[in-house]
Amino acid sequence: MLSEVEDKKDDSDTATRRQRARSIAIGLGLFFMVALFYAATIVHMGANVAKRAM
Amino acid sequence: MKRLSNTRWTRGTTVANVDASLDYDIGAEPSQASVGDYFALLKPRVMSLVVFTAFVGMIAAPGTLHPVLAFIALLSIAVGAGASGALNMWYDADIDKEMARTAARPIPRGNVTEQEALAFGTFLSAISCVMLGLLVNWVAGGLLAFTIAFYIFVYTMWLKRRTPYNIVIGGAAGAFPPMIGWAAVTGTVSLESIVMFLIIFMWTPPHTWALALYRRRDYERVRVPMLPVASGEAETRRQIMLYSLALVPIAILPAFIGMVGVTYGVVSVVLGGGFLWHARRVQTTTEGREADNVARSMFKFSILYLFVLFATLLGEHVVARIIG
Repeated sequence: MLSEVEDKKDDSDTATRRQRARSIAIGLGLFFMVALFYAATIVHMGANVAKRAM
Repeated sequence: MKRLSNTRWTRGTTVANVDASLDYDIGAEPSQASVGDYFALLKPRVMSLVVFTAFVGMIAAPGTLHPVLAFIALLSIAVGAGASGALNMWYDADIDKEMARTAARPIPRGNVTEQEALAFGTFLSAISCVMLGLLVNWVAGGLLAFTIAFYIFVYTMWLKRRTPYNIVIGGAAGAFPPMIGWAAVTGTVSLESIVMFLIIFMWTPPHTWALALYRRRDYERVRVPMLPVASGEAETRRQIMLYSLALVPIAILPAFIGMVGVTYGVVSVVLGGGFLWHARRVQTTTEGREADNVARSMFKFSILYLFVLFATLLGEHVVARIIG
């Protein structure tokens, strides 16, 4: 009985840990994608984008 | 949402045992999938070959692409290939659990549900095509979308379980990556990229049939009509030889159309000889465990063949660019 409760607790801990890892992976993925879009936009604008006449 | 309908309040009922009797109905079970399970859904080994051939397509293409855009193109192609793998695992989950080769995949193991794989694959397919189209060009983005759709709808859903020539037509999906890489740089599809497509297209059937020969019982069990199951081993060995004979001259073509130099031509001839030697051994060794070993040996050699062929193509272009 006790070991069953402990097993359930272990399962729950594992699920929580995996959930946290998935959340971190999604967060990193989104951050990386945003960074890529920024970088690609700057590349498309060209090197002289900051030097244009005001 | 908690349902209290089954709880009867009687004398002696306490909050603690009511709580234990509550039926928690909160919808789906929490996912048991780890990040590694999701990564396995992407078929990383297949993905690495796809990325490599796409990279060769990019380097072989005339013109240049900004390194950031080149990285995005390769990433998009990798993600698109991975998405195809996830969608393939979603659709084939029923047969994957019956086959020794695929039983350890995340869905048969119960770590990822079919719905999770479907959602993951669909999301990645969409994001990879849009990213490649928006940030690089829409010819490459469109080709990637077509490749994913071809692999899922034409190969996986339509042909795989219906015809022994599933891999001949469906294998085209695996041949597109160098063409996508080329299109990422040039924005076009040209003869050179079609030749690279043809090499992988002709390579796929003997490569896959060699595997199917020594995994025949797996395919029989799940009633997938791979050529050894549908037409017998003798016919498969004959077809492997025929496709190998067709592959070798096509693989030499890049040297003849001025795409690469003599080095590639020599390497291609030597490798082609090796490929034909393996095909001949497969054709003549038909009995017992030795037949399986010979087929396995050809399968492994075929991977090496494609890798070395494209690596030589890559090397020649890199050297040509360095020299100027």
